[in-house]
Amino acid sequence: MIVPKIIVNNKEVEIEEGMTVLQACELAGAEIPRFCYHERLSIVGNCRMCLVEMEKSPKPIASCAMPATDGMKIKTNTPLVEKARKGVMKFLLANHPLDCPVCDQGGECDLQDQSLFYGHDSSRYTENKRQVKEKYMGPLIKTEMTRCIHCTRCVRFASEIAGIPELGAIGRGEDTEITTYLEKSMESELSANVIDLCPVGALTSKPYAFEARSWELKKTETIDVMDAVGSNIRVDTYGWEVKRILPRVNEDINEEWISDKTRYACDGLLKQRLDTPYIRENGKLQKSSWDKALRLLISKLKLFNSNEVAGLVGDLADLEMIYSFKSFFEKCIGSKNFECRQDRIYINPFERMNYIFNSTINGIEDSDFILLVGTNPRLEATILNARIRKAYIKNRLKIYSIGDPGDLTYPYINLASNTSLIRAIAYGTHEISEKIKKSNKPMIIIGESALYGETGKYIFETLKYFLSKNNFIKENWNALNILTQQASRVGAIDLGVHSINETENFSFFNKLDNDEFRFLYLLGADNICFDKKDKFIVYQGSHGDKGAEIADIILPGAAYTEKNGLFVNLEGKLQTAYKASYPPGDAREDWVIFNDLANMMKKPLDYNNIQSLQESIKKNIQLKINNQINKNNIINFVNDNISIKSIDYYYTNSIARSSKVMNECRQISKKFLFTGIEKAS
Amino acid sequence: MLKDEDRIFKNLYNDLGWNIDSAENRGDWLKTKDIILKGKDWIIKEIKDSELRGRGGAGFPTGLKLSFAPKEVSARPHYLVINADESEPGTCKDRDILRFEPQKLIEGCLITSYAISAHACYIYIRGEFFREGQRLQEAIDQAYKKNFLGKDACNTGWNLDIHIHYGAGAYICGEETALLESLEGKKGLPRLKPPFPAIIGLYGCPTIVNNVETISVVPTILKRGAKWFKSLGKPKNTGTKIFCISGDVNNPCNVEEEMGVSLKYLIEKHAGGVVGGWNNLQAVIPGGSSMPLLPKSICETITMDFDSLIKVKSGLGTAGVVVINKDQDIIRCIARIAKFYKHESCGQCTPCREGSGWMWRMLERMADGEATYKEIDLLYDVTKQIEGHTICAFGEGSAWPVQGLLLHFRDEIRKRSHAEPLIKKRSNIPYLIDQHLLENDSA
Repeated sequence: MIVPKIIVNNKEVEIEEGMTVLQACELAGAEIPRFCYHERLSIVGNCRMCLVEMEKSPKPIASCAMPATDGMKIKTNTPLVEKARKGVMKFLLANHPLDCPVCDQGGECDLQDQSLFYGHDSSRYTENKRQVKEKYMGPLIKTEMTRCIHCTRCVRFASEIAGIPELGAIGRGEDTEITTYLEKSMESELSANVIDLCPVGALTSKPYAFEARSWELKKTETIDVMDAVGSNIRVDTYGWEVKRILPRVNEDINEEWISDKTRYACDGLLKQRLDTPYIRENGKLQKSSWDKALRLLISKLKLFNSNEVAGLVGDLADLEMIYSFKSFFEKCIGSKNFECRQDRIYINPFERMNYIFNSTINGIEDSDFILLVGTNPRLEATILNARIRKAYIKNRLKIYSIGDPGDLTYPYINLASNTSLIRAIAYGTHEISEKIKKSNKPMIIIGESALYGETGKYIFETLKYFLSKNNFIKENWNALNILTQQASRVGAIDLGVHSINETENFSFFNKLDNDEFRFLYLLGADNICFDKKDKFIVYQGSHGDKGAEIADIILPGAAYTEKNGLFVNLEGKLQTAYKASYPPGDAREDWVIFNDLANMMKKPLDYNNIQSLQESIKKNIQLKINNQINKNNIINFVNDNISIKSIDYYYTNSIARSSKVMNECRQISKKFLFTGIEKAS
Repeated sequence: MLKDEDRIFKNLYNDLGWNIDSAENRGDWLKTKDIILKGKDWIIKEIKDSELRGRGGAGFPTGLKLSFAPKEVSARPHYLVINADESEPGTCKDRDILRFEPQKLIEGCLITSYAISAHACYIYIRGEFFREGQRLQEAIDQAYKKNFLGKDACNTGWNLDIHIHYGAGAYICGEETALLESLEGKKGLPRLKPPFPAIIGLYGCPTIVNNVETISVVPTILKRGAKWFKSLGKPKNTGTKIFCISGDVNNPCNVEEEMGVSLKYLIEKHAGGVVGGWNNLQAVIPGGSSMPLLPKSICETITMDFDSLIKVKSGLGTAGVVVINKDQDIIRCIARIAKFYKHESCGQCTPCREGSGWMWRMLERMADGEATYKEIDLLYDVTKQIEGHTICAFGEGSAWPVQGLLLHFRDEIRKRSHAEPLIKKRSNIPYLIDQHLLENDSA
């Protein structure tokens, strides 16, 4: 086989099938300026910035749109190319306002950067500049449409990636305007990615408007905790304040998108913060010192029997926090009453594949069949949903759902929502089981809504049995997927923070409901419902939310941007988050609090700095791989409906609940649901 | 002068009646079956031999274009699309074909569709041609009734359906790929090429797009032979062509003439001469508004065919001859054309979107005499930056008329530009030099 080659600036490069000239030029090390071209969007070739000279072509060609073929001779550094690019730049700048000093894109603007290379030193455009009315695009996106250069990246993103074709270009020629037309916010959880895509300052971030300039910010690359996907993010801080969150490229997880919640819940990090310990005195929470609060905690602990003491880990906890919490409980209290499942779902922790997303997010693109069971991936894992949509666009794969999740941005077939359907699939009496058997790489994605109580046990074990019987749980392809929603969940189960034994899955919650616990330690756990009665409650966390409200002692901890930490995402990938800011006031990193407690109780834990803690975690993490699947494990049939729990998307955790922006989004989406209108008049 | 028997469009002035019976009397649908039975290769070869060039403006060899369609029909059907979106200012030939010679077009559709293996033919007709569209529909219905179309058309065993689609009034939809987009129900934005429509066109299927006049002459070429067609006109510019003469002439008309006829003859003989006499002629736009104009000196001798006009930096285009006499303000005329292009630019790609308005504004100022000398060069630079840098040929279409003006009437603009500061004209007088005005010269 002959490898096709093209010659760029007299340099020969080997190209792959389907490459464009632009990509080939990049391979050859010739950088091509571009505005409209984006690797993940379709090609429109309308900015004309990427013009290059091709042998035998009288006109310069748009390299982004020209397929590279064997033997092409491309020149990117000739006077003709230079002149063409300068000309295009002149046209782009003709109607672009000269307001860089007051533009939020300033400093990270493609147009600004490229005009350094291709711009004229002074303007030759003496006509009046075009003025375009601002467009309302919701609480997240600020528009300044005069700056728009009509690259249509945002339009393509909305219709291709987000699957919400709500953006478009109206008008013609000079009067072209990008708009939602109805002037409403985009009904997409990915909408704010258009801000990153916009090469100029036409679409900028509304909450971040005029907050800071990009070069003043400290940039920290870290991991998101708003859902279990573990999107890679960059946290930009100005002093203590987290100013904004941007996506970071990770091809295996979030590509280069992040959800609106990930991006904009960050203003919740500045509000409702716990910055000093509190003690409840005479029914009122009073400020206190660390010493006093910890002493009170220890003295209270001594009053209770160790099996009356219980602990609950919240949704945003990192491994350090969970591990030190567990060590503290086991070593200092001598209790094993801890749990991480605030949502009380069924989890089988005896094998690692029982609680992770085995097919992996990248695997979605290879899959040829997806069955969603009791899950709404659009709200539960937005980025993962975008990947399913990408796979749908690419392979037109068949998607079925048990339970009705509503609009998922791609078409799917809704099956009945009763567990009898699960039985029919397992027995092979339903057409779906035939389809699964026939497919190459099927995926079954089981969501939280299908995992409640005994029903959950039935659904999970039956589907797992069905898959293993049909040989879909193998080394190279595992069709069993659990879609967890909490950043801490997989890590906590890996570390064994649960009270599950062979016979009893919900023992912790039974004891909790029967009031067998009298001392409850909530580690950032805000989403649990129970009766307080006379329980003594300690809340350790970052935000004054539901958990702090009922607590008798509050210990202020650090939020996810304020500490180094390890997170395991839903696929079971271990990722490191880095400290971008520091905890406010007297708040401390959580593992330090447990260390202090242990030292004060004279039962020191076996680590005293973050390095030795992380060493210890890596030593003690138990990844259970037990390849013996009990093939006769038939669970008694439970007849129940699988209804997908509605999710208050913008309100799922304490950070999002404290965020003004999330609150605004929530109000708007609720109001729109009922009235169809967003803005008053 | 074209002999009457060599005229292809005998009913161009509706003297003989447009309906199918009178058309049959004129020879339409005669021996259509025989032609089709001679086979696809023969048809395409004959058209190639006739050296027919597309009548829509670009003058691409039609036979070659037809041969681009894949020989074998794969899973994707082939389509023939007729471009009847005649929007070029100064052009009105397709309109008269649609009105008075519809059967020529329909017969051409059948033969061409057969040649490229298409079973469906779409005629994309300009939205403003509402009555013409109704007339065409009537003609198509008549052809169906006589079994010239539909199942087993003309008893040849070939099935063909013709559909009419009305445009919504955008000039850009006359560009073949924008036309396809519009036909698919989308916004009429030109597509990127490659891939060309012959491979991936309408609904992603191989599609041949041709102008009304091109397809309408195909049956006659095949009936009378490529040799006959070649004997008319000049080498490489063969056959006859409908010229649309308008503007400052005594008798604006459509007339079918041989290719390569002289412009002066065309105006004097058919259009009754320039208003105010030949000496009152200022300029002629030879090929519809998107072609550069010709000054009187060139008009004296120029012949009307593709290649001779290219030699004088213009083009035949659609052969819409617009005559401008000395009563007109030539700068204002071109400014008006620039305004048209500014209004019709689709707004997809940068140079045309931003440049067309820029050119118009500058030209308006030049017409008012408020431009400086420097701006004349700037305007020329702008036209050069638009030309060749756009997705479709609209960029050239908007830039060329302005280039024509600058090429031939630069002095006229300079003469009028009273905004040129006096000081610059006398910059050699030291005490008058004002640094900021001379900045650009010395820089």
